[in-house]
Amino acid sequence: MREPLVQVKNLSIGFTSQAGLVMPILRNIDLAIGEGETIGLVGESGCGKSTLALAMMGYLKSGLSVLEGESLFRGRNVFDMDGRALEDIRGGELALIPQNAGQSLTPTSRIGRQIDESVKLHTKLAKEQRRERVIELLLQVRLPQPEELLQRYPHELSGGQQQRVAIAMALAGEPDVLLLDEPTTGLDVTTQAHILELLRDLAADTGTAMVYVSHDLGAIARVSHRIAVMYAGELVLEGPARRVLKQPAHPYARGLLLSIPRLKEAVLPTSMPGRPPPPGGAGHGCAFADRCPMAEQRCRDERPVLEPTAAQEIVRCHFHERVEQLPPPEPPKRPDRSSLDEADTILRLDNVAISYAKPGIVDQILGRQPKVAATVDKIDLTIRRGETVGLVGESGSGKSTILRAIAGLWPPQSGTITYEEAESLNTSVDERAKDLLRRIQLIFQNPDASLNPRHTVAEILAQPLKLYFGLSGDELRERSVALLERVRLRADYLERLPRQLSGGEKQRVAVARAFAAEPELVLCDEVTSALDVSVQAAVLDLLTQLQADQRTTYVFVSHDLAVVRAFADRVAVLYQGRFCEIGPSKNVYRFPSHPYTEVLLGAVLEPDPDARPALAAEDVVDLFPPAKGCPFQRRCPRRIGDICDNETPPWRPTELGHAIRCHIPLAELGGMQEKSAHAVAAKLGPTEGIRAE
Amino acid sequence: MTATTNIEPVKPNSAFVGLLAVLLAMVSRPSGLVGLILVAFHVVLAIVSPAIVPYDFRELSAQIILNAPSSEHWFGTDNLGRDVFTRTMLGGRQALLVTTISTIFAITWGGLLGVLLGLVGGRLDELLMRLVDAFLALPWILVLLLIVVTVGSGPGVLIPTLGFFYGIPVIRMARAATQDVVALDFVTAARARGESRSTIVWRELVPNVLDVLLVEGAMRWSWMLLAFSSLSFLGFGVTPPTADWGLMISNARSFMSFAPWTVLAPVVALSSLIIGINMSADALAKALGIDRAQKAPV
Repeated sequence: MREPLVQVKNLSIGFTSQAGLVMPILRNIDLAIGEGETIGLVGESGCGKSTLALAMMGYLKSGLSVLEGESLFRGRNVFDMDGRALEDIRGGELALIPQNAGQSLTPTSRIGRQIDESVKLHTKLAKEQRRERVIELLLQVRLPQPEELLQRYPHELSGGQQQRVAIAMALAGEPDVLLLDEPTTGLDVTTQAHILELLRDLAADTGTAMVYVSHDLGAIARVSHRIAVMYAGELVLEGPARRVLKQPAHPYARGLLLSIPRLKEAVLPTSMPGRPPPPGGAGHGCAFADRCPMAEQRCRDERPVLEPTAAQEIVRCHFHERVEQLPPPEPPKRPDRSSLDEADTILRLDNVAISYAKPGIVDQILGRQPKVAATVDKIDLTIRRGETVGLVGESGSGKSTILRAIAGLWPPQSGTITYEEAESLNTSVDERAKDLLRRIQLIFQNPDASLNPRHTVAEILAQPLKLYFGLSGDELRERSVALLERVRLRADYLERLPRQLSGGEKQRVAVARAFAAEPELVLCDEVTSALDVSVQAAVLDLLTQLQADQRTTYVFVSHDLAVVRAFADRVAVLYQGRFCEIGPSKNVYRFPSHPYTEVLLGAVLEPDPDARPALAAEDVVDLFPPAKGCPFQRRCPRRIGDICDNETPPWRPTELGHAIRCHIPLAELGGMQEKSAHAVAAKLGPTEGIRAE
Repeated sequence: MTATTNIEPVKPNSAFVGLLAVLLAMVSRPSGLVGLILVAFHVVLAIVSPAIVPYDFRELSAQIILNAPSSEHWFGTDNLGRDVFTRTMLGGRQALLVTTISTIFAITWGGLLGVLLGLVGGRLDELLMRLVDAFLALPWILVLLLIVVTVGSGPGVLIPTLGFFYGIPVIRMARAATQDVVALDFVTAARARGESRSTIVWRELVPNVLDVLLVEGAMRWSWMLLAFSSLSFLGFGVTPPTADWGLMISNARSFMSFAPWTVLAPVVALSSLIIGINMSADALAKALGIDRAQKAPV
């Protein structure tokens, strides 16, 4: 066997705490990456994935030091190299693509120049040859019209295009190993799918080895030959991708896979209890013992070693041969929906349009509205009490805008929003009565931003309790403790600051704050997208429980189709602020469906080695919605002609109770999709594939 | 991402514990330790100096004009035969008193207005910020001179004048810091909840811009000391025979070539105070984790 390109040997990295204790972040890592091999590093946040990837190129964050072991690149320990030698291999032989690489482009410099700089750094080509090389690189990352692109500035490109430019720059030195640190996190589903396909093809064409760091097993599944699962700074499982995804030999890997919502089943995923131990807090036994469904006394006393198995894996578990026999977990129950009262409407949106465009000064004087097409338009939606309605779409589709209008943060331009058939919600926050404000609450995407870092949990919970109920003293405290209990946090959390909580705990506090108001309608804005999958499952479960207790109504915005399918009763698919499709969630993902829904479904990544994305439309989202016709006209892979550009498509109701807004007749929509929709059908499983016409 | 390195900025929790933690973090840096010692030395000196000075600061003596430092007059005597050591010890009192009150005044009004403008935005913000730009374009020393000449120069005039003018750049800082915070969801959450504007300002915004204001205040303080001394130097600040560093430097500069001690003592005193304040401000910024020079790792 040939010598591996990168070989990490018994590597431990850590820092010394202020008390003088050595806190390991990575513990005894052994990992080898061969030529042309792609290895996926996966684990919850704080497991040391990024630290390991950066250590491979000899980089340590400040405060960290190598405790023992080494990391070899072509047989040389990177930690023994001097600055000069490191400079030579970094970028040239070992290139890094960080998480928001697209945003790290210089905003004032043209694309051509920026790529040229990296070419200049790594090659000795003359100016004209460099230009050719730059164009070659742009073509390699599949950017159309490279000549024209050279003259553009980063802000003129979409997020996906920026990411491609960053990849092109990393490829400039023809590296042997590409280190990718969450390269698609934060991108839209369709963009992510396109970038992953690109990376996959690049790896196959150029023979570049890749280390792909991600918390997303779906992305990892698509690109990796082998997968290494990390937990609390340890390697717990490493093996062929197919084996790890299909029959994980470690309970942690199994738990991670189970907590991912799948399109196949409309059930809530199973959450993993607990959270990873802090650095240095792993104890003597197995680090995962506290969260493990099959832990025994031996696991707490004795640290397992990495053992090879028959299936070419190595696994760190005393009882790995038992993992397969673990019974499938009982999926969390969803509340019974048959009791929903069809007539009990809580919220109604009629022909709502919302615009962010401000009238210019002339228009203001003449009292005219600007002529730009509204950001969100023609929204009709009726929500029943106790129901969960999901809004799905890419970024910029107006999902959050609709929530903001309902919450009164940005009132609509036209149309009516009515609450309980009586009160108008066309008003802004300032004009609403306190009790109306109380009944509608918002939960935000990122708890780091939605909780004031200077307030303790007690102060955070006290705000709505004081404002709406005038509570104080013991009563306030009692109610706060009761609220924490309901989100399953202990009373001693009251004195903590947000930074002393984990991501999931923070989001629980945010949920508790919303429920402190005893709301009837809760608007959830991407509430789980900033969380680890294991935590996401727990938060979804919590929201479901609270709904069952209080008959709360949710409007749930998400870009993740699988999450929405698992959580919502009805789904509305949005493109450019217009509805494309709406109906019961179990049916919206069935055919026939709107071409856009199909594009979204095709781009969903499943942690399944056989799932293959069906990429149909371009991944470039337009900046402004078209003035007339179908909103999806410019990207639609099934355009039928001028009618799409000129006429707003009609709503076509289907037998399955959902409605599709498309010019293509339903029968044809179903029929046409049959061929190209194989991948999607595979994703949806045998029971819910393509329906016979 | 992998978190937890040992460099975590101190974020105050309860007021006292927070203050203590910030002070500890400050003295753990050399700049903070030296800076705080210098500032504390000057503050203590300003308070106790009237009780411990060896001579009367007004006492003239024709016999000992411009005497060199000796065991009787440690820093020598000035052109009127007054003890330079005594006058230097007393010379910072008025400057410190006036600038401390002015700094608090400047930070309060500039800070609150800045936070409010950052919150409401819109036309009022546009208009006032252009006014701020206009004020910042004025040569401040001329404006100060004009006011002092027309209205008079006692602390009753200097405190509000300095406080007003040095509050203007604070508006800018506070507004910028607020705009960063206003964009965060916890402010949106408070608005959606229906909290009143004053609650949002006091509970959500002010605690989060206080760090910036504190550091800005420390910087303004040292600038103000310079301005105050400059006024005295030009003869428009403190009236003789009061002991004041600016005034002492001004009087002594004619004799600098043959009696350098008369000018050296107040210069060293003034510079050490300003350097002390600047070093403390620097350490404070680092302790609060808002130092721009300290880059986040990757």
